[in-house]
Amino acid sequence: MTAPLTVEGLRQLKARLRAEGKAREEAIRARVTVHMGTCGIAAGAREVLEAVEACVREEAATDVWVTTSGCAGLCSREPMMTVERRGSPGAMYAGLDAKKAREVFASHALGGKIAEAHLLCIGSERTD
Amino acid sequence: MILASPLPRLEDVPFFAHQRLVVMRHRGRIDPERIDDYIALDGYEALPKALLEMTPEKIIGEVKTSLLRGRGGAGFPTGVKWELCRKAPGERKLLICNADEGDPGEFMDRSVLEADPHAVLEGMVIAGHAIGAGEGILYVRDEYPLALRRMQVAIDQAEAYGLLGSDILGSGHSFRIRVIRGGGAFVCGEETALIASVEGRAGRPSPRPPFPAQRGVWGFPTTINNVETLACIPAILLRGGAWYASMGTETSKGTKVFSLVGKVKNTGLVEVPMGTSLRRIVFDIGGGIPDGKRFKAVQSGGPSGGCIPEGLLDLPVDYEALTKAGAIMGSGGLIVMDETSCMVDVARYFLGFLMEESCGKCTPCREGILRMHEILTDFTEGRGTEAQLALLEELAPVVKDASLCALGGTASNPVLSTLRYFRDEYKAHILDRRCPAGVCRSLITYVIDEGRCTGCMVCRRACPAEAISGGKRKPHRIDPERCVKCGACRESCNFDAVRVA
Repeated sequence: MTAPLTVEGLRQLKARLRAEGKAREEAIRARVTVHMGTCGIAAGAREVLEAVEACVREEAATDVWVTTSGCAGLCSREPMMTVERRGSPGAMYAGLDAKKAREVFASHALGGKIAEAHLLCIGSERTD
Repeated sequence: MILASPLPRLEDVPFFAHQRLVVMRHRGRIDPERIDDYIALDGYEALPKALLEMTPEKIIGEVKTSLLRGRGGAGFPTGVKWELCRKAPGERKLLICNADEGDPGEFMDRSVLEADPHAVLEGMVIAGHAIGAGEGILYVRDEYPLALRRMQVAIDQAEAYGLLGSDILGSGHSFRIRVIRGGGAFVCGEETALIASVEGRAGRPSPRPPFPAQRGVWGFPTTINNVETLACIPAILLRGGAWYASMGTETSKGTKVFSLVGKVKNTGLVEVPMGTSLRRIVFDIGGGIPDGKRFKAVQSGGPSGGCIPEGLLDLPVDYEALTKAGAIMGSGGLIVMDETSCMVDVARYFLGFLMEESCGKCTPCREGILRMHEILTDFTEGRGTEAQLALLEELAPVVKDASLCALGGTASNPVLSTLRYFRDEYKAHILDRRCPAGVCRSLITYVIDEGRCTGCMVCRRACPAEAISGGKRKPHRIDPERCVKCGACRESCNFDAVRVA
């Protein structure tokens, strides 16, 4: 167990995590987030995640960062996935399965071309 | 050359465009099982501020300024609730986070726990400091295994960083959280019933006073806050109570998360400023009714809420406006119903749920709901009389007024609101023995429109009772004696030839 954080320690940790996050964003080609709340998983998000992870292995795409999050809100269109490429706004994809996730991965995450057939929208939500 | 249409942007998608995220501010943006993701955004930024720069009184003052009201249902001002517990005499105090979301069709608390567990934990530590509690209980219903797992992971990670435990951030304030799994009883939404369940007794309410703030779990002053309420707290402390109070209506501030479900195109979680109209939520964000059907009503506030008709769709949602319309805010369930829903049957359905969930302790609720359900069942099965309608109208307010807790106190809402707005449907059931929506099996017959029937045999094969006769390319017929009124023929017909009469 690490030593408990002090206020200063927390501030430094935050600064370090932000710097690391930024450096990682510079270094990677794309970040893929599979939305895995109960609703997403029930609709097949695990299969989507497995397909994406398989793609990364097959293509040896070590510069694609695969991560997960909770529900993205639009439960009736799950499974959903967000692809973000450096320097351009993220794209949200909906109604996926393993095959469609592979298509999105190849086209957008690897190739930088938005997979229009499965696209829900471009951009991220307002949190101001 | 055909020009490619521009790709849809998030702000062009009404589902997202009209939402404003406070509670769900991190949705889709963090890995809930990584505390570092939360910290890298604005996570645990309010905590040092609250613990080291603010006195408990100042925190309470800020929450009072925000005018945040409890999101679990009753809408009691959170700052006032904290102040009562803070001022209650006693060394040992407790905070409970109520994550026992019991309304069918609601999942906003589950989603927050699954997507942003640290926001709830941070809110709990701050609340604990404000009321003077060193221990917190997270009461999660056992039907939420993923939420339970993610919360436990989050607690372990926060403890490892020293953000939970003793002397948090060197502030001298200690706070520990224990998870208790609830058995999923609807009545545990009532604070005194929840307390009984935490203590290991059957979840039954007791009369108030004493209020939990005076005598709660094991006799100690206790504050119970809902998940959504606590998840707002870090944002309120970071951005100020005045910022939060700048959103919403005169009496209901901030944003509210709704579970939008039922006969609506987009189902999901919707967070909008208080005061947003139901029309915007159902038709813009929800995308309206699928399959070209007509909107009939929206049930607000779960099984003990009320049905709001089309004429009131421009109602701005806030606590008072919904109550005035005969519904409640509850914890934010919105069930949309279209013309294929029978409002008498809907009332019967909700009363059936409440009848099963009533704890049975007080007579008005135990017997009253049972009798109302019996009457409604008679209506839907074609035995209704006008005398029963009068009895129902007499009974409903009595159950409302005389019950011990809010379960009975709101149980009449589905009856009273449907009677208020859909009286014609009740009359059709009782006087004409007819169900206008074509739902109540005892009151309908299925017939085939011979003009539309192509004789395709699809319904004949679908009928489980072998009640349909007629050969290929010849009009089919339903034998009313054999028909079990399951509706399989109507569902399977591709030519809209099966009618309900």
